[in-house]
Amino acid sequence: MLRLEAVSKTFQRRGCPVVALQPTSLEVNAGEYVAVVGPSGSGKTTLLSILGGMLAPSSGKVYLDGQSLYDLSVTRRTQMRGSRIGFVFQTFNLVPYLTALQNVQIPLYLSGKSPREQRRLAQAVLERLGLGDRMQHKPGELSVGQQQRVALARTLANDPALILADEPTGNLDPETREQVLQLFDQFHAEGRTLMMVTHDPAAAARAPRTLRLVGGGVTELSTVGRVQVA
Amino acid sequence: MRLATLIGREMGERPVPMVTCLLAIVLGVTALVAIRTVTYFSEMAVAREMDSLGANVLILPKGVGVQDYYAADMHGETLPEEYVQRITLSKLQGVDNLSPKLCVPAKLNGDSVTVTGILPKSEFQAKAAWAGAGIFNHPIGCGAHSGVPDNRPVDPKALARKRVIETLGEREVLVGAEVADRHHLHEGDSIELLGGKFTVLAVLPVTGSVDDGRVFAHLHTVQELAGKGEVVNVIEVVGCCKQIAAGLVDGLNKLLPEARVVTIKQVVQTQQNVNQLMERLSLLFLAVLLAVGGAAMASALYANVSERRKEIGTLMALGATPAFILRLIVGKAVVLGVVGGIGGFLVGSVAALWLGPQLANVTVRPLPSLAALALGIAVAVTLLASLLPAWRAARLDPCICFKEV
Repeated sequence: MLRLEAVSKTFQRRGCPVVALQPTSLEVNAGEYVAVVGPSGSGKTTLLSILGGMLAPSSGKVYLDGQSLYDLSVTRRTQMRGSRIGFVFQTFNLVPYLTALQNVQIPLYLSGKSPREQRRLAQAVLERLGLGDRMQHKPGELSVGQQQRVALARTLANDPALILADEPTGNLDPETREQVLQLFDQFHAEGRTLMMVTHDPAAAARAPRTLRLVGGGVTELSTVGRVQVA
Repeated sequence: MRLATLIGREMGERPVPMVTCLLAIVLGVTALVAIRTVTYFSEMAVAREMDSLGANVLILPKGVGVQDYYAADMHGETLPEEYVQRITLSKLQGVDNLSPKLCVPAKLNGDSVTVTGILPKSEFQAKAAWAGAGIFNHPIGCGAHSGVPDNRPVDPKALARKRVIETLGEREVLVGAEVADRHHLHEGDSIELLGGKFTVLAVLPVTGSVDDGRVFAHLHTVQELAGKGEVVNVIEVVGCCKQIAAGLVDGLNKLLPEARVVTIKQVVQTQQNVNQLMERLSLLFLAVLLAVGGAAMASALYANVSERRKEIGTLMALGATPAFILRLIVGKAVVLGVVGGIGGFLVGSVAALWLGPQLANVTVRPLPSLAALALGIAVAVTLLASLLPAWRAARLDPCICFKEV
């Protein structure tokens, strides 16, 4: 599903190169559930951005379903991201002036669906996540747990094969965190591929495979590793 | 969900910066519309005023000076009457009316009076039409009239004001107020002048000029009775001010090299100055609109994009292309431009209704044609102002969606 070939990322800070990701080759099969752990500044978000087609690597190739992501035009890559990849954010990133229903409609609208189709699919996914009675509420009128479920509904709207989550439980109370992790288990069971960046050891433990990032270098912590740090 | 929904909801979420932006645009357009409207009606009023003043160009024999505008024909020198036809058949733009005149001394009941021969407009119109040229090569009235045909009967007393008469019979006279008073003449009375009998068509109102002491008769009758031949002392021309400035006088000089062409420069110049001042003021306000409105809009949109970086990054993560982000920001600017343009036109028109009588002593009414101008300018300004912020938004790093902003 996902393949990284000698991918590295180096930023320039005040004229000095800063290595965010050392040359890494990595393969993630379809349907895998992978946790990425590591201290702050270790390159987790950089890795997630590269995998999501939002940050071109300094070197190497990233393949999604055999297609080299960064050989595509910006528009084509954006379209592929919208249709194949779903994102989950630590702070949910809901659009504050839109209702829950409208927030979930956004990826559907961006993928070119008609307003009627957007509405039908968004209602279905919100009902699935237990938010049928909160569709017309704005994020500010929802609890933190409800907001994260709206964000998850938005992630699922286009039925993505790959879900990239950045600290999805970082802002949640234990009960809500458990609800979210159960939903992740469900997504995994449905055959989706999940990559979850987390600081939470308990959350990481839910994933069958864990990668550890330290100083921009990736090491395999558990299960079937296909990691090699070049 | 549609683009309009996203733009509309976002504008509703942040009304204060939006209202501030809108205010700058509305004020700019208001100033533009108000001053343009007042200028337009002021120009119309001044043009009408000029029309009522009468001739503003005199064609005289060479070597004749003008000491008194109203007595410019009292010099004894003559020009061929044929010059009138030459003017009407020419391609000259800006000749609104013509009045050839011949003055001869005469006795009325033993008292000396000046008889002035005038040619009614209907006669040289007929000559020009007969010659196939039609009357004058431009709309009569220099744009000062409404364009609606005026079917009211022509008042011969208007000669005192307009210095041109529409029709006059060969044995009819118009009598100046002073002469009529001295000889107790009234409309319909018969008098004898230059050995011929005439009927008083009308008694002219007091003008305060030498015309009060004159008797006006048909030019050809005066020429015949005085034995002067086909000559005149002066041709008074009512010229449009803009065309006078644009070369009417030069044109007349070229057309009639044997004559002297004199303009009532002061009157024309004053009108030109007022019009130019109004036009410059209008342009100044347009510049203020461009500068203040555009800068306020650009600044507000720039701030808006900065404030929405995470939202824009998230939209990109969800599949929004840079072109979509561009449309999102430019679309907002266009909405503000349309609302600002319409609002500015409405407020500006209302302001003009009040300012017209105050500033220019004219009654004004809204000019619908300015709505398109106001809308076009407002949208163009907002569109231009949005380009840089929109370009910046479209180039935002989508990875910002992962960061705390």
